[in-house]
Amino acid sequence: MKSDVQYNLDERYVFSDKAKKNVFIVLILGIIFFAIGVAMLAFGGDHSAAHALAYGDPTGHVGEGGHGFSWVTRLKSDLWINTVFFTGITMIGVFFVAIQSAAHVGWSAALKRVPEAFGSYLPVLGVVMLAIFLWAGHDLFHWTHSYLYNETLENGQPNPQYDEIIAGKAGFLNPTFFIVTVCFIFVWFAFWFFIRKNSLAEDLEGGTERFWKIKTLSTLFIIFLAISSSIAAWMWVMSIDTHWFSTMFGWYMFASWHVSGLATITLTVLFLQDQGYLKMINENHLHDLGKFIFAFSIFWTYVWFAQFLLIYYANIPEETAYFIDRFQNDLYKKAFFLNIFLNFIFPFLGLMTRDAKRKTIILKIVCFGVLAGHWIDFYQMITPGVLKENGGFGFMEIGLLMIYIGVFVLWIGNALTKAPLVAKNHPMLQESLNHHI
Amino acid sequence: MQVVSQVREPLITGGKTIRDITEDISSRVEESPSAAWLGGFAFSLLMFIAGGIYLGDLLWSGIGRWGLNKSVEWAWDITNFVWWVGIGHAGTLISAVLLLFRQKWRTSINRAAEAMTIFAVFCAGSFILMHVGRTWLAYWCLPLPNTYGSLWVNFNSPLIWDVFAISTYLSVSLVFWYIGLIPDFGTIRDRATGKIGRLMYGMLSFGWDGAAKTWMHYEAVSLILAGMSTPLVLSVHTIVSFDFATSVIPGWHTTIFPPYFVAGAIFSGFAMVLTLMLVIRKVYRLEDYVTMEHIEMMNIIIIVTGSIVGIAYTTEFFVAWYSGVEYEQYAFVNRATGPYWWAYWSMMTCNVISPQLFWIKKVRTSILATFVLSIIVNIGMWFERFVIIVTSLHRDYLPSSWVYFSPTIYDVMCYIFSFGLFFTFFFLFAKYFPVVNMAEVKAVWKESNPRVYRARRTVSEDEIPAADKKAIEKDLVHAH
Repeated sequence: MKSDVQYNLDERYVFSDKAKKNVFIVLILGIIFFAIGVAMLAFGGDHSAAHALAYGDPTGHVGEGGHGFSWVTRLKSDLWINTVFFTGITMIGVFFVAIQSAAHVGWSAALKRVPEAFGSYLPVLGVVMLAIFLWAGHDLFHWTHSYLYNETLENGQPNPQYDEIIAGKAGFLNPTFFIVTVCFIFVWFAFWFFIRKNSLAEDLEGGTERFWKIKTLSTLFIIFLAISSSIAAWMWVMSIDTHWFSTMFGWYMFASWHVSGLATITLTVLFLQDQGYLKMINENHLHDLGKFIFAFSIFWTYVWFAQFLLIYYANIPEETAYFIDRFQNDLYKKAFFLNIFLNFIFPFLGLMTRDAKRKTIILKIVCFGVLAGHWIDFYQMITPGVLKENGGFGFMEIGLLMIYIGVFVLWIGNALTKAPLVAKNHPMLQESLNHHI
Repeated sequence: MQVVSQVREPLITGGKTIRDITEDISSRVEESPSAAWLGGFAFSLLMFIAGGIYLGDLLWSGIGRWGLNKSVEWAWDITNFVWWVGIGHAGTLISAVLLLFRQKWRTSINRAAEAMTIFAVFCAGSFILMHVGRTWLAYWCLPLPNTYGSLWVNFNSPLIWDVFAISTYLSVSLVFWYIGLIPDFGTIRDRATGKIGRLMYGMLSFGWDGAAKTWMHYEAVSLILAGMSTPLVLSVHTIVSFDFATSVIPGWHTTIFPPYFVAGAIFSGFAMVLTLMLVIRKVYRLEDYVTMEHIEMMNIIIIVTGSIVGIAYTTEFFVAWYSGVEYEQYAFVNRATGPYWWAYWSMMTCNVISPQLFWIKKVRTSILATFVLSIIVNIGMWFERFVIIVTSLHRDYLPSSWVYFSPTIYDVMCYIFSFGLFFTFFFLFAKYFPVVNMAEVKAVWKESNPRVYRARRTVSEDEIPAADKKAIEKDLVHAH
């Protein structure tokens, strides 16, 4: 290896006007698409409203008192998909840094500032999440309706809307606990804040003291995340299908987040390289990132399949209802199968060979595919539960996703300018610069 | 150029040379058996024979000899099966998954761990053969053309998936282990002085010539086998978990079972590797190859997998409550407070609570604490399977079928038999096969060489060994 090559370890990212312009184009296109989508739904006739009136909740009570379906509900569902999806991606940035530190990973030291930049976006998402819950909670989460919990009405008559099963979950499914799970995001941010602080101090001080401090913080973060991510997954997504339950769900959602996060990190590294940064990252590092995406795509499939097969095989009505809503519903069937194709078959075949993992263009294609796939994964987790027969996919979904991407890229691009692109005093940096596989 | 960061611990200590590595490991094979070895081997044989007598009776008279009854139709047999398969997992994990993750510390322990895997799978298989009752008809599990008309394997049954999963696992692990042994057999053959040794190790080494081309083939085959073994690590215990999770029995049917069983298997496997390696390391004086760093790494894997298992237990409990399904809720409350509360709390103490001690650096770098905790984990993982199997079965939907399972002497002695089987093989392995992979240790030797990297002993408080010190001093002299 060319170990005598001198890399610029002090380089800083400059968010160029050209790059910003590209992001704004995405944003503006997103807004236009979104507006078209809203217009189409708002003025596109009352076709969907007729559906809603005919629709009755399988559990016996009529959702929302049976009022007509409005595009605003669909907007709420879409907002929720994107917020949960991007919260996961952002959190995985911190998780990546933490796991590399706790496991003494050498190869990734040169690129660690990229995922490290993600964490600063967490509080924004926390606030957005809370705002959406306050505004849209009743449409997203059936369990937020207080009438479900009273056995009798005020006049002493039995409450026809009382739901014994949901009432039994009240200890967990309540707004207070929901706010606790949103607070998790701020705790993740706090861990990120201190990890980042030490990481930046290491640039100035050198030595190994900061390395060990970051390791301790990372270990604590991982422990907290292991517990909080599952609880968050139950609250944010599993509770949408309020009656349904699956012990695997927390890990399933984490697996989905993880692959999305890895793909985003890889894409960010590749785009920085396109702009002439991070020259020390070569095909060996990309190979390892590719392996991660490959391996964790298979892991996601494993978890997805185990959950599906066990429910399918045991065939218990309370559990299969969830998959019947997706698998046997023409509205969501495409998403169901696209999910498996984009998240398993596509990265599996795309990244199978050694050469594929070392080629920028293939990595980019697979990363985009996987990210689209996992967005669809969240779509099929959330939309059928919220919108039932009124779900759809069109300009509104595409536009809103583009807006979320635009804001995310603006924020992360800006965060990248805040610190040197390479942690030049990281004790593993030499290993990373000389990485060769 | 290979660069190793200063924060990494050396993998081999004591200023060993390449020649020392060959010498330290081959001589254990070459010297005549020690009294301790003979004693241990005899004791293993005794367990094997004593257990075998009861097993013979069981095969002759039927599995009614066990304490099974009409509600608890699986008890120690499947508990032991799952326990042994789980133990086997560490070997494949170390040889395949850690290889893919470039964890170089695996080189000192992979040989013994893989051997442990193979013998543990033998023991697991023996319980499968026993529990079918008519062991001589066990081949009916294979889809063989036969003359019994429509008698054919039920491919819808996870028990059949098990047959394929376990036998594939055994075959691949066996081949992987043996391929790894060939270069070392070559070394021992070349050093052999006796006629029998030359002949035996000559045959075992398959005519290994150590040529560059041969090494190339060896590397290629190792990588292919590692690629094949990696999905197997996941698949085997996943299928084992399906034996329970595909059913509708409360306490068995839960979607988290596959990954949680895999984590539990790695957990128990590493505990067993530690139990065995700590003894071998002491008896064979391999402290410089299986260093404190290795022990600490294994302890960290134990704490990670143990905590995953702990989270899975809690998740199961939480979701049982959350589900609102009365039977599910009862199954879990009954586990913790019913007649088998002692088994449940043994499991919780041994698997979840006590391994948390490894968060403390003093504990995870103490040989005694590690040894004790590794045995505790193994006990806990046995109880885990017992809790899952027996407490889920002993309370049927009909209270008239509620029973309590008590083992008989046949349950105990069949378990003893499997210990005899395991340790008989393991003692033979430890004496006649090189317990550490010499060829692979030599490959990581350079980055532990104090001439290249000054001794970095940050884990252990011990003095730097004289040999290391000398090398460092020489280096310093050169530098000036």
